[in-house]
Amino acid sequence: MNLKTLQLNWIKPLVFVVALLPLVLLMVNASLEQLGANPAEKILHETGIWALRFLLLTLLITPLRRLTGWHDLLRLRRMLGLYSFFYACLHFLSWLLFDHVFAGTLAWQPIVSDIIKRPYITVGFFAFVLLLPLAITSNAYMMRYLGGRAWQRLHRAVYLIAIAAVIHFWWLVKLDISEPVIYAVILAILLFLRRYRAA
Amino acid sequence: MLIQRPADIPSSEITPKSVYLQRRQFIQNTLGLGALALLPEALQAKSSDFPCLKKSPYSTSETPTPYDKVTNYNNFYEFGSSKSAPALLAKYFKTTPWSVRIDGAVEKPGTYTLEDILKPHTLEERIYRLRCVEAWSMVIPWVGFPLADLLKRFGPTANAKYVAFETLHDPEQMPGQKSRFSLDWPYVEGLRMDEAMHPLTILAVGLYGETLPKQNGAPLRLVVPWKYGFKSIKSIVRIHFTETRPATTWGRMGPDEYGFYANVNPAVDHPRWSQKTERKLGGGFFSSLFKQETRFLNGYAEQVGHLYAGMDLSKAF
Repeated sequence: MNLKTLQLNWIKPLVFVVALLPLVLLMVNASLEQLGANPAEKILHETGIWALRFLLLTLLITPLRRLTGWHDLLRLRRMLGLYSFFYACLHFLSWLLFDHVFAGTLAWQPIVSDIIKRPYITVGFFAFVLLLPLAITSNAYMMRYLGGRAWQRLHRAVYLIAIAAVIHFWWLVKLDISEPVIYAVILAILLFLRRYRAA
Repeated sequence: MLIQRPADIPSSEITPKSVYLQRRQFIQNTLGLGALALLPEALQAKSSDFPCLKKSPYSTSETPTPYDKVTNYNNFYEFGSSKSAPALLAKYFKTTPWSVRIDGAVEKPGTYTLEDILKPHTLEERIYRLRCVEAWSMVIPWVGFPLADLLKRFGPTANAKYVAFETLHDPEQMPGQKSRFSLDWPYVEGLRMDEAMHPLTILAVGLYGETLPKQNGAPLRLVVPWKYGFKSIKSIVRIHFTETRPATTWGRMGPDEYGFYANVNPAVDHPRWSQKTERKLGGGFFSSLFKQETRFLNGYAEQVGHLYAGMDLSKAF
């Protein structure tokens, strides 16, 4: 066990706790009624943006590892990926709850028509559905069961998910696309770094 | 493409300082409450900018959205595209002196000071529902007067089929007008003449009994309660009577998303989201999380439904 492995032993729980902070903050502010005039919109936006941020952090691990030679970083990747999935679940559930619970009941038909008719929801839903198999196969047992090569092939879907997530954000904006553009640029850099290495 | 337009008011049209300083006193005098002006400003409660407002039968009995929500959650792209930007960035926006240019198909065109504009009108309280095109809504106690009363004063001619309104274009004061991702300035909105003359349509100079906060469109804004909020143009500097339908700002931006009429209509979806339901902000924390049904013409169908008789509202949206 080298020094860096030792460091990781406490970095990992630290990251685990820090990654929960956006949710804690959201809950504290909700209980204090400090989520602004439109709390539902705030919750939808925050859970969505953190799902995207953790996804990009997950994609950052490999280039960072190569840059620093700190190979143990890989041990953080699964956790970051699962946090992305966690916030995506909260995002999806808030959408069901705040946009589709009407007079106390969940209306299915508008959900389906939203997914089919609204392009930004279509791509967002697509990204979420694609995340499911990745989350399910993220444990060591499933990794062994699938075998390294098949597992890796499956998990390349993360690139598609990230692209869909950025498009989802871009398409829902009314006019000022400066924020989604920032995420698109970061994603482009992360994807480019991989391509560069492959060449 | 930006539509360029000289933003400066010729100095000959600027109200002398001595005149605009009298504005507050003037409004109070108009209301027969000149004595109040003698009180130091600090002693005057916020809600007494316009005491003794006339109540209106057009007001809803619904509970108004709390003041801090009405004044901290605004779509006013001139001050940035986020909801919180206007309250922060409009702080130093100068609304005095203010004048409004009246032109086009009208007998008495000219540039009028805000004092001239307001002088003959009795202000009243109008508690209206406001439905944003983004599927949220509020209830706001406006202070204002019928637009029709003002328009009649200038004598619109037979050619006046539409009224167009413009917001101030002053990028030095309105940082949103300098943004890379912005609208074509100045902001333009418009109404058909019969819509403009309808008694529900008002010009507002205040809300919650106080002078209109800057982020809500001070000093003079339109309020058309049966249309999506973006029709209710803020900080008006020009009223233009025209024979042809004006090209409105959001309409040019997204012709399939923001129509000229922009009537609240649960049956006609925005291409990107449903308009069947809305989130009514304010009230309890939990009740503002969930959606409720949106009503045709925002619940004002009884008053204004006849304006659209025989029209296909899915086409004329």
